[in-house]
Amino acid sequence: MKNIPKVVFILLVVTFLYAPILILAVYSFTDATTIGAIRGFSLHNYVTLFTTPELRDMIIGTVVLALGSAAIATVLGTMGAIGAFYSKKGPSSFISTLNQVPVINADVVTGFSICILLVVVLGISKDTFIPLVIGHVTLSAPFVFLSVLPKLKQMDPSIYEAALDLGATPARALRTIVVPQIASGIFSGFALAITLSLDDYFIATYTKPATFDTISTYVVNATKGSQTTIKTALWALSTVIFVIVVLIVLIGNARGAKKEGATA
Amino acid sequence: MRLSRKALGIPYAIFLVLFVAAPLLVLVYFAFTNGKGQFTVANFTGFFTDPNTLGTLFYSLCIALVTTAVCLLIAYPTAYFLAKSRFHRNGVLIMIFVLPMWINFTLRITALKEILTLIEGNLAYFPFLNSVIGMVYDFLPFMILPLYNTILRLDDSLIEAAKDLGANDRSAFFKITLPLSMPGIISGVAMVFLPSMTNYVVLDMLYNSTYIMGSLIGSYFSAYNWNGGSMIALILLAIICIFTILTGGDEEENRRMGGSLL
Repeated sequence: MKNIPKVVFILLVVTFLYAPILILAVYSFTDATTIGAIRGFSLHNYVTLFTTPELRDMIIGTVVLALGSAAIATVLGTMGAIGAFYSKKGPSSFISTLNQVPVINADVVTGFSICILLVVVLGISKDTFIPLVIGHVTLSAPFVFLSVLPKLKQMDPSIYEAALDLGATPARALRTIVVPQIASGIFSGFALAITLSLDDYFIATYTKPATFDTISTYVVNATKGSQTTIKTALWALSTVIFVIVVLIVLIGNARGAKKEGATA
Repeated sequence: MRLSRKALGIPYAIFLVLFVAAPLLVLVYFAFTNGKGQFTVANFTGFFTDPNTLGTLFYSLCIALVTTAVCLLIAYPTAYFLAKSRFHRNGVLIMIFVLPMWINFTLRITALKEILTLIEGNLAYFPFLNSVIGMVYDFLPFMILPLYNTILRLDDSLIEAAKDLGANDRSAFFKITLPLSMPGIISGVAMVFLPSMTNYVVLDMLYNSTYIMGSLIGSYFSAYNWNGGSMIALILLAIICIFTILTGGDEEENRRMGGSLL
């Protein structure tokens, strides 16, 4: 029975991580405006969340930004990784070194420096969304690069050579030989790019148009305000996102288990 | 013929020069000029002579140190028990601890804030404590993951060998397990320490009005003081560089692992 302290400790950590989200989820189904008050069941937070134009636009905007910037980052980062992998040492390490900068740097510094260059020096208006999209691509492309590079290293180079010997053009060999072999790296890079964009506050706050909000910037502003209907609607948003993340993780795990079963 | 593969890297190389290298150069220029574009070191000397900004630096370091220490104290036993548990092979247990990483952090802090308000009545009583709790809540998964991966790869036979040679549990842990998990500790510390110096949103949302380094950039930004903000960003960059050199910097591996777990 010496395992009991271990189990208790693990359960305490799980409680710390999940209790706030779960308690908020429970209260999102009531008409209470603060945690702790006992009130009746209500779906009005969910109705508010999906019918208030301001909230709906903010959610759609965040998702579109995440998908769009992740798509650009995936194309750029993947091409960069392939280019760097096949280049000579000099150009290759030049790209790899610069690639590390946004990874190590604080997001506040990345966001602020991009704002200074694009908005203050070059005079690009934030309303064009260009600084915001560039900011998010800068944040996530390096991680795509880092997801793809190891897959290129694992690849057997002779297959590409064989395709060329058999008459394939380099472009075709790249498309039909290289890309399928690094597809899992490209996919996890894309997924990571989406989560980085969805979670970002700092880059968005320095580069976004004044009238546009991502979930992060909206939530931070809402907590400073005193509008309780918005505040409790965000509890519903938090619950919805939690359920979506749990579902994605469960599906991912089920598919991973299936794959493992197939190879074993 | 091979040119086409190499040429694929060109757009990304240009992108990096334009949006990673150039912004940093502009940052240096702004940090050492005043509003009229004349060269000055006033921003630099101003930071290191003003008791307020030095206090901010000190407060940031305190928050970051305490957050990192608490994260380590919670994450190490967690990661150890998980890695040594019989169930670790299916990887489901670790998912429970990594999953919060994918929920927007502002929403998670909102949830935490409601709970802390319920417990404490008023968040204003314990600003430092609340900020540390918020940071730990936000960053704990980033500490657990690298520790878990390192401990999982530890060779158990080394520990058995130590015990065969007469070491008790305690000395086997301190002489074998702990030193071998240093890479995980170092990357976990790197994942937590720097963000907790700069993530001022956690403090803002928990009503702690004291500044940390990140808040200084935010306040200069709101005041359109690009020169002052650039100097703070540059000082932060210097701290990050020193820290990265000291820790060997393999932070990317962990953020990436979070993604590949998907």
